[in-house]
Amino acid sequence: MKISKSIYLFFLPGVLLYAIFFVYPTISALFYSFTDWDGLSQSFQFVGIDNYERAFTGDTIFRKTIGNNLKFMLVVVVFQTLVALAFALVVLKNTRTTIFLRALYFFPTILSSVSVAFIWSFIYDPSLGILNQVLELVGLGFLAQNWLGNADIAIYSLAVTQIWFHAGQMLIIFVAGLQAIPDELYEVAKIEGANKWQTFRTVTWPLLAPSATIVIAYTTIQSFKAFDLVFAMTGGGPNNSTEIVATYIFDIAFRNYQFGYASAISVIFMIIIAIITFLQFKALRSDRISY
Amino acid sequence: MFFRRFSLIIYALLILVPLLIVVLTSMKTIQETFRNPLGLPEAGIQFGNYTAIFQEQTMAGYFMNSAIVTLFSVSLTLFFASLIAYGIIRLNNWMGNSLFILFTLGMMVPAQVSMIPLYSLMLDLSLTNSLLGLILVNISTTMPIAVFILTGFMKTLPKELFEASTIDGAGNWMIYAKVAIPLSLPSLSATAIFLFVMHWNDLLYPLLFITDNAYKTLPLALLEFQGEYSTNYPMLFTGVIIASAPMVVAYVFLQRYFVAGMTAGAVKG
Repeated sequence: MKISKSIYLFFLPGVLLYAIFFVYPTISALFYSFTDWDGLSQSFQFVGIDNYERAFTGDTIFRKTIGNNLKFMLVVVVFQTLVALAFALVVLKNTRTTIFLRALYFFPTILSSVSVAFIWSFIYDPSLGILNQVLELVGLGFLAQNWLGNADIAIYSLAVTQIWFHAGQMLIIFVAGLQAIPDELYEVAKIEGANKWQTFRTVTWPLLAPSATIVIAYTTIQSFKAFDLVFAMTGGGPNNSTEIVATYIFDIAFRNYQFGYASAISVIFMIIIAIITFLQFKALRSDRISY
Repeated sequence: MFFRRFSLIIYALLILVPLLIVVLTSMKTIQETFRNPLGLPEAGIQFGNYTAIFQEQTMAGYFMNSAIVTLFSVSLTLFFASLIAYGIIRLNNWMGNSLFILFTLGMMVPAQVSMIPLYSLMLDLSLTNSLLGLILVNISTTMPIAVFILTGFMKTLPKELFEASTIDGAGNWMIYAKVAIPLSLPSLSATAIFLFVMHWNDLLYPLLFITDNAYKTLPLALLEFQGEYSTNYPMLFTGVIIASAPMVVAYVFLQRYFVAGMTAGAVKG
């Protein structure tokens, strides 16, 4: 059927804004990554692949940053997914209590990262914080710490905050996935005499795989992009021990005014994210099972 | 069974206790917080810090800025994205598909990539220190996810509906407004909530583009309180409560939509 030409007008406002404020800057970043632009002056020099070379060979902080990001990501992905899944299995059925609990667990997701950062800065505070006080109280006082000030553990303290912040959201995705599994399958498993673990392995897990992939993909990317939380809680310190790629790019660009170099790092960042997304989309496809 | 119940309660406490401490601390003085960080406020329920923060800061202004930016960003993103989604499914050809792919690819690009050239673009266009500037950037950066969700939903609507309306002589605009939009309300509301949470809480773009107090939004203002109040947690938490209040109220009343919205948003890769 022929559609009136007026349909092209429908694209106009959205595509125009997207092109000006998103596509054009993104492509420019690629361009600037081959320059030594400082962001302020009108002129800049082309430096070829110097910026990329520096990122991969000369920049020890960048290497540290990638390491921090991987630590943060690993802890968050593993523990957040486990917590979300374990609790989703428990609050799966719709009763008054479980609906309330799901709403409560989900609650932190709606807060701003800055708010969450303040709450957890207080919890971790070496003198005021609840964490150290609770540890003293239960006789584990020797574990009391400067949770955000100790360069060896600060990144893990941030990871715990991130899990508190977002586990509830992942729990809800798991609940949605679990509730979509038809009851008949569980009945069949019961009749066949499967025990709990067997039922989980043969019925729940395979059918849950798509939601698990979504959760893991989302969590991975979220933990790469956890800019706000890190920026507001530690600003990347102490001693760059919590600097992640997203905050590092901000620092190079807006504190050191090395726009060219920051652009190169951001392009590398984009490629990392693209690879993760691609791998996980692929996994999502191959995991899709229907009964 | 006992273990299950026990862990449910522990998790609930892990969420509740910090939130409770925020509320209690906002009713204390700073000396009291140092003396007794976890106890009840000695003067009982009192809102001295709340009046103080409104006097010391242009809180009402930050609140208005957040409200204006969020309102316009959410509604215009929804409007423009739904137009595009409708266009894509009606065209149903290579052009529509490539547009869809172009927007989907946008979801993969971290904000940190476009942010640097965007910063100089905004300077050139004199859109820094401007709510309009924030709104335009917000619309552009959330367009991909909104187009993705809305197109996905509109694809499931029966084509015959649109064709029948065309035969009846309805133009594109009419079909969009009278058929596509009313039928897409579930996915529009989910997307709206997702965008609402995202824009209300956004820190990065105000941080980049706003330096003038007159245009600061709540998250940025809150972040800067940290510099001013340092470890004056009573004041910081008072700020946290004021900044979160609209979201919390909305959550209590529209819980079901929040859950739908935040999980729809999670599909974003």
